[in-house]
Amino acid sequence: MARFIIRRAIAMVLVLFAISVLTFGIFNLIPGGDPAVRLAGRNATNEQIAAIRKDFGFDKSKPTQYVTLMGKVFDGSLISYTTRLNVLDEIIKGLPRTFALAVGAALLWMFMAVVLGLYTALRAGQFSDRFLTVLALIGISMPVFWVGALMNYFLGFKWGIFPNGGYVPFAESPWQWFYHLIMPWTALSLLFIGVYSRVLRSNVLDTMNDDFVRTARAKGLSERQVILRHVLRNSMIPIITLWGLDFGAVLGGGAILTETVFDLQGVGQYARESVQSLDQAALVMITLFGAFFIVFLNTIVDIVYAALDPRIRLT
Amino acid sequence: MAVDPRNASTELSTDALAELAHEEEFVHGTVVRAQGPWRIAARRLRRNKVALGFLGLFFVVVAICLAAPVWADNVAKRGPKDNNEVGTVTVDGKKKNVVSPDGVPIGPTWQGQYFLGADGNGRDTAVRLLYGGRNSLLIGISAALITALLSVVLGILSGFFGGVTDSVISRSMDVVWAFPVILLGVALGTALGVNGLKLGPITLAEDSKLIPVLIIGFVYVPYLARPIRGQVMALRQKEFVEAAEAQGAGPWRIMFSEVLPNLTSTIIVFLPLAVANAILLEAALSFVGAGVRAPETSWGTMIAEVIETITSAPHQTIVPGLMLVITVLGLNVFGDGVRDAFDPRAKIRVEH
Repeated sequence: MARFIIRRAIAMVLVLFAISVLTFGIFNLIPGGDPAVRLAGRNATNEQIAAIRKDFGFDKSKPTQYVTLMGKVFDGSLISYTTRLNVLDEIIKGLPRTFALAVGAALLWMFMAVVLGLYTALRAGQFSDRFLTVLALIGISMPVFWVGALMNYFLGFKWGIFPNGGYVPFAESPWQWFYHLIMPWTALSLLFIGVYSRVLRSNVLDTMNDDFVRTARAKGLSERQVILRHVLRNSMIPIITLWGLDFGAVLGGGAILTETVFDLQGVGQYARESVQSLDQAALVMITLFGAFFIVFLNTIVDIVYAALDPRIRLT
Repeated sequence: MAVDPRNASTELSTDALAELAHEEEFVHGTVVRAQGPWRIAARRLRRNKVALGFLGLFFVVVAICLAAPVWADNVAKRGPKDNNEVGTVTVDGKKKNVVSPDGVPIGPTWQGQYFLGADGNGRDTAVRLLYGGRNSLLIGISAALITALLSVVLGILSGFFGGVTDSVISRSMDVVWAFPVILLGVALGTALGVNGLKLGPITLAEDSKLIPVLIIGFVYVPYLARPIRGQVMALRQKEFVEAAEAQGAGPWRIMFSEVLPNLTSTIIVFLPLAVANAILLEAALSFVGAGVRAPETSWGTMIAEVIETITSAPHQTIVPGLMLVITVLGLNVFGDGVRDAFDPRAKIRVEH
């Protein structure tokens, strides 16, 4: 087990290194993509561009620039190229908001997906199954920023049921915090409920035909126990993998659209603002940050599996 | 009963047809396949009226969008990029401002000109919706084809050769996979959107529509390349590959004529879902400002431009989104049916 964890940890570090090189490359090595020209804007003079190039160290070799950038990422001294604010401070400022969004939405979509997936699997082929399947597919087919905008307009602006975007810290008022997050949680969850309930439905249908389920029935367990303790538990494994990955993605700024539409001012919205101001330093840091969460949670999921199921350690 | 598929008659009695129609109900036990898997899959798909209905819906949207110039030239009488901030339009015999003095655009007139109203620049929303749809569809379909091509090549090479080739390709996939799709797309779109792309003989202007196509095509590669790699690794152990090797066929020939045909059902299952997700990702990138660039339009850019004014002109946001949802839903329901028909256990999952 210890060897497995060490091997996974080393692999994690290697992937993170590759990610940092790729992220650096996207912004530096793409032909025609001189960051100094980009920083200077569209109508800059050659002198301005040269000054910026010297100022930010873009005249050094690419490996030197990479090392400098990574050094700044790790000691937290990276400064935005446009607002000159500390990038790490900005991310830390947004993190509680993104975290609140991610945790609430992840619990909501997992719960709804298990209920829906199990229900449709047990009623496979019947009208309620077909109806809920189409509903799930509608959830998958809607752009989240559009759903969010419509929720804001109808539920927030027009009918005044929910607050029209914004975020209230938990410490300030737990109820207002919850109240402001209901719409973002729902909007973000719709897609995942659709995906997860579909995956769970097919897993449950597969597992129902397994021998151990027949054994469980044969030894006289009630149908309820068979479904909940044997079928559902074994069908959940692929969903949990997805859950780890998607939770990491949302936490790492993947909820750009939801955060922007509901004005949550989290990491995702910071990413969007950085795109609009072409803030390379901020984007490098956010992208690395997001990838870190995904890789980290993926590794944790792998290790948890290996602890639960010794067969996995071999591969 | 052993039936050699090659000698089996393609003409079946009605009894045999009825038996085939119930083929999927046999979970255990042997099934005599008198016909190839393709025909069975096609038959299952043909019986899924819901899936076909939604495919029809998708084709209706495509047809409407293809007819954009007809509408623009003959009915609306203006192009998608024609501003008209100070003009007027006659509605029910009365002249009305296209954009009112305080900047509120006209709502739907339900007549030829400004059928769905105007935007803040006085452009005809209906015309832009159709032209924007052409871009959204074009980008979605081309991106999905690029994803399929790249993933098939990488997946086959990786699964067939194994060893160093496999390690390099698989680890690269891991790295791409580790990025949140939207963040990677946004990062690439931002970097390429400023100065365009100059790569050897290829030069793309910063506002080229090919940039979002390439980005979206690229970020989804691991979603198909991984399952294909796994499938190729399994196929490589099969007797027919061994037989081809014994006959002296080289690796390229085996990959092309022995392995590739066995991947078709995976690719077919992937394509409609990939187009649906590519269209959604294009909309998301354009919404953030890292996709299609002005003056070109897509459904994503249309929503992005008007979302701030949703309280004064909600239809401006609702209509392009609705078109998007209808298109993507059509593809998703059809894709679901295709999966059920071809490969119900396909481990294909795409996310936007």
